[in-house]
Amino acid sequence: MKPRPFDYQRAETVSEAVAALAEHGEDARLLAGGQSLIAMLNLRLAEPGILVDVSRIADAKTISEKSGAVEVGAATTQAELLAWPGLADSVPLLALAIPHLGHFQTRNKGTVCGSLSHADPSSELPLCLATLGGEAVLTSAKGSRTLAAGEFQTGMLSTARRPDEMLTAARYPVRNPGEGFAFTEIAKRHGDFAIVALAAVATEKTLRLGVGGMADRPTVREWDLLDGDALDDALNEFAWDLEGYDDGHATARYRRDMVRRLGRKVLEEAKSCRS
Amino acid sequence: MPKLNRDDRHEITVTVNGRTVTGRAEPRMLLSDFLRQEIGLTGVHVGCEHGVCGACTVRLDGNAVRSCLTLAAQADGRRIDTVEGLADPDGTLNDLQQAFRRHHALQCGYCTTGILMSASDFLERNPRPDEAEVRDMLSGHLCRCTGYAGMVRAILEVAEARAGAPEPA
Repeated sequence: MKPRPFDYQRAETVSEAVAALAEHGEDARLLAGGQSLIAMLNLRLAEPGILVDVSRIADAKTISEKSGAVEVGAATTQAELLAWPGLADSVPLLALAIPHLGHFQTRNKGTVCGSLSHADPSSELPLCLATLGGEAVLTSAKGSRTLAAGEFQTGMLSTARRPDEMLTAARYPVRNPGEGFAFTEIAKRHGDFAIVALAAVATEKTLRLGVGGMADRPTVREWDLLDGDALDDALNEFAWDLEGYDDGHATARYRRDMVRRLGRKVLEEAKSCRS
Repeated sequence: MPKLNRDDRHEITVTVNGRTVTGRAEPRMLLSDFLRQEIGLTGVHVGCEHGVCGACTVRLDGNAVRSCLTLAAQADGRRIDTVEGLADPDGTLNDLQQAFRRHHALQCGYCTTGILMSASDFLERNPRPDEAEVRDMLSGHLCRCTGYAGMVRAILEVAEARAGAPEPA
């Protein structure tokens, strides 16, 4: 399993990368960490004419906290974000979720923006972006635009990114005082694709649950504070709305049951660690 | 950097195990194939070629990564370490390799080279891991013949030995 032939260009700056995209359009694919894309090339699920490598753009290897969000640049790896000293304080949900994301060896190379761009419906980083109401910054030769997480990811492996655009930054909102967070997922082997992944946020007045691995994209629902049977009923309704699907790993029924059971567990955990 | 044409073999220079070497690669050539075929480092094993099995793991600028999910062109100008660089030039195995042998952490050896490179990076970052952390790191590798118990014991023993005497209970 080897890729089909393609041209390769290493971009030194974002403007070089977006200029290459403007020139080659849909024939080009951006290569960052390559932890999804090179596997797809090897399996010939992707056959671009040219790869534009953005992984060595020095200006894109950034993590910074500004205007209420942690902004992660296009070349920042998942391991770098996990090791960032401010993460557990600023975006606790990410500190809980990233250890589930692939393995130590793939996080060393896989990027945050690459994972968001790949837009796997069961992936952790898109789920966290959706659950926290984060943003995606897209840049082309003509300028930049910022999309809410829900506008950015449009379906299974698809986003609102236009062929001439690059995802130059992801913005994960910084926690508010009094919020609690929890994350869990079920996978066949730790680090494998999640069968169902769940992210919970509890505030003083609300509960929010994001679910991956059920629909064609991560789906988020928020309720006023509930407990007891009312919470079970709400989760049951959410599970049926998500529907789920059968595949080689689990049935739709099993997936719905995980939303009910693990959903309750993560929401209660998020409530109990509010501070 | 100028565009590399798909049909040409381009010069790629890397520092492998402390030695600077140059080989040639088409843009589509994977780093795993480049190291084996161009540089002759056949200790880099190729298993699944889509990032799941971990056999091809090498260190790129110190970080354990899948060489099958890296293009040779991406490694140009960078440092790579492979299993061939672990032992002394006279063939004396390093402490980690010796511990693997002592604890029967391998039989066929196919997955071992990648695991040694992961464990090398891991122990530098986390010199005193607990068993759960070692197992978490090993979750990025598949062994189909020996199992992981010996590996876990070997890695924990090396960590302890490198740190000096065991801490009092």
